[in-house]
Amino acid sequence: MLFKSTVSALALTALAAGTAAARDNIQIAGSSTVLPYAAIVAEAFGENFDFPTPVVESGGSGAGRKKLCEGVGENTIDIANSSSRIKQSDIDLCASNGVTEIMEVRIGYDGIVFASDINGPAYAFSPADWHAALAAQVAKDGALADNTNKVWSDVRADLPGDEILAFVPGTKHGTREVFDEKVIIAGCEENGTFELHMAANGGDKKAAEKACMALRTDGVSIDIDGDYTETLARVDANKNGIGVFGLSFYQNNTDKLQVATMGGVEPSVESIASGEYPVSRPLFFYVKNAHLDVIPGMQEYIEFFVSDEIAGPDGPLAAYGLVSDPELAKTQEMVANRVPMGVLN
Amino acid sequence: MTDLTSSDAVPAPRKGSLLTQDARTKQRNAKEARFRMMGLIAVTIGVLSLVGLLTSILASGLSSFQQTYVELEVYLDPAKLDKKGERNLTDIAKVSTFGYAPLIEAAMISAIERTGVTSDVANAKAAGELISKEAPATLRDFVLANPDLIGETVQFDLLAAGRIDGFFKGRVTMESAALDRNVSPEQLQLAQQLKEAGILTTKFNWAFFTAPDASDTRPEAAGLGVAIIGSAYMMLIVLVLSLPLGVAASIYLEEFAPKNRWTDLIEVNISNLAAVPSIVFGILGLAIFINMVGLPQSAPVVGGLVLTLMTLPTIIIATRAALKSVPPSIRDAALGVGASKMQAIFHHVLPLAMPGILTGAIIGLAQALGETAPLLLIGMVAFVREYPAGPPEGFFDPAAALPVQVYNWTQRGDPAFVERASGAIIVLLVFLVIMNIAAILLRRRFERRW
Repeated sequence: MLFKSTVSALALTALAAGTAAARDNIQIAGSSTVLPYAAIVAEAFGENFDFPTPVVESGGSGAGRKKLCEGVGENTIDIANSSSRIKQSDIDLCASNGVTEIMEVRIGYDGIVFASDINGPAYAFSPADWHAALAAQVAKDGALADNTNKVWSDVRADLPGDEILAFVPGTKHGTREVFDEKVIIAGCEENGTFELHMAANGGDKKAAEKACMALRTDGVSIDIDGDYTETLARVDANKNGIGVFGLSFYQNNTDKLQVATMGGVEPSVESIASGEYPVSRPLFFYVKNAHLDVIPGMQEYIEFFVSDEIAGPDGPLAAYGLVSDPELAKTQEMVANRVPMGVLN
Repeated sequence: MTDLTSSDAVPAPRKGSLLTQDARTKQRNAKEARFRMMGLIAVTIGVLSLVGLLTSILASGLSSFQQTYVELEVYLDPAKLDKKGERNLTDIAKVSTFGYAPLIEAAMISAIERTGVTSDVANAKAAGELISKEAPATLRDFVLANPDLIGETVQFDLLAAGRIDGFFKGRVTMESAALDRNVSPEQLQLAQQLKEAGILTTKFNWAFFTAPDASDTRPEAAGLGVAIIGSAYMMLIVLVLSLPLGVAASIYLEEFAPKNRWTDLIEVNISNLAAVPSIVFGILGLAIFINMVGLPQSAPVVGGLVLTLMTLPTIIIATRAALKSVPPSIRDAALGVGASKMQAIFHHVLPLAMPGILTGAIIGLAQALGETAPLLLIGMVAFVREYPAGPPEGFFDPAAALPVQVYNWTQRGDPAFVERASGAIIVLLVFLVIMNIAAILLRRRFERRW
């Protein structure tokens, strides 16, 4: 051990002495949902500008923001992709490490869709159905009871009589937050279980929401900690299974999956843009402003990312499944003026 | 002469013939037959699972070594590419890849008209979708390199789109295209007709070995170039660092070090390190090489250092075993004719141990080549499109690695990346097989028997 560490320390000093000079490529890390979009932009950026193609790492929204907040300097990343908004704890961490100016750039919206095997029955869901199918406790005759629904027709008579089996994103995914908030809690309020939880928790809203989000543990709802390719493989293996996917992933696999409507609306770029389809979320990236004049091409990259020809409704990102932001012009102006984000509301 | 028959320790003489088996012999023979059977079953299970694994990888991956190309004559329209007409490079560079797409669509339409193919494909945009999104970049690079060719018609070999390529490989069918929003059956029919007309050709996919990674919208352009360079750089670092260090450490421990509690402790620790899960070395690498020393992320130098730490114990253990297997008579003879201890080791023991050392080193390297887990933590799982520079500066540039590229591609949404990932596995396997064969050949070539 002792010998080895001396040896590696020696090797290190030898190498550190030769460390290359200033970094000339942009380094990006974060959400795996944003990764394909960031890769598309990075590729086009490398093709059209004289700067090197940025390096885009995945690893998750939270991990990316944490890396962004590690400090200022060439060994820290420049941009963090995130599929959920930055948290106050991240901002505090950033501030304590000297990262004071962060720019929040919203690139567009991502839809979350519910899709099943293409040869199975078609589903028309409402958030209330999902809550009634997956929640640990549901309302039964005006009181809370353990969920015993086995087939979808137990949940609502006009749904198909197929077994309930859902592959939902694991808790480390940003997608899960949206699923919990826009589907499970919304459904909980819709089917009246929320009021029962409120009563049971003495009117504590937070506790009631938490109770709403508790999912069944009897194997009906399965957490997928991997990515959408794993969910697809699981749906492939279990023809009754319904998976939760990102819109762009579904659009690349329309020959294997059929999508369910939610609240009577079929998910599409248009229905998400108009706000009709309920389950969507904004996607962001966060820029370390202190690096803007240090890393060559960073300002150009950010402006290129939010330009109309990339992030606009006819751009390659929209073609891949991103719902373009109707307020893109505002973002473009903000990026050009390098306006750091204010206090989180 | 003494009488031998008087001994009473002789067992009772065997009754019956030697040729008929008694119960005990039968039992023993049956036991042996059972054991052989179990061994055979074990080997069969092993071979079958290997065959299953290889067939599934080869079946889905071999097609990545073929690629469909479109031979197009593109008119480099000066009105679109150089409006001022001054052939000024900065003006030409202002036209982005988006400006090149219409040229390709126009070329596609004229090619369709020239071959007299009648098609239901609705418009120029749909016809242009047969060609990869990589094509405008290919065109733009060409024009920027040859600005004097603007206004001429140039023959290009452009990549066909991933779904079209998949159609000729059997991955995309008319039925799946009917459901697929990215391609229509009409487009597939057009592709079929163009193939018959000789405009679409399938060639060996050299770009798979040389091209960098590509984004999710163009799986047909994705290649292993950056990953192969990154892996080669890392292996170079591992070899240069771990072989001398490992051999020196083993020679000292085996031949010079006194036998005491300290060397025992070191020995136990080396054996322990060889069994430590590789992800632990990644955590160590992140903490020490990146956070403390400040080496860049995603760089082969960090990957190489981490893999060196991982490979060292393997090499030390193999080297010590090789040194031990050299008979003491060699050492004694050398010492006997007056050689110093160092001379005896370097002139006689080490050359004889060399095949064992090299085999150990190559197997350690092969293990490091296939290692993914520690690289995940030091930022090698990234979308990298720029080739790293030549060594030594290139060691500090971002790069990918072969196993990480496999991991990366399996996570992509487009099903075409499944083929790419399996193709990358085949390439990785070929490298591993080459290394292991080299290890066997070295052993055969230099093996000595005493």
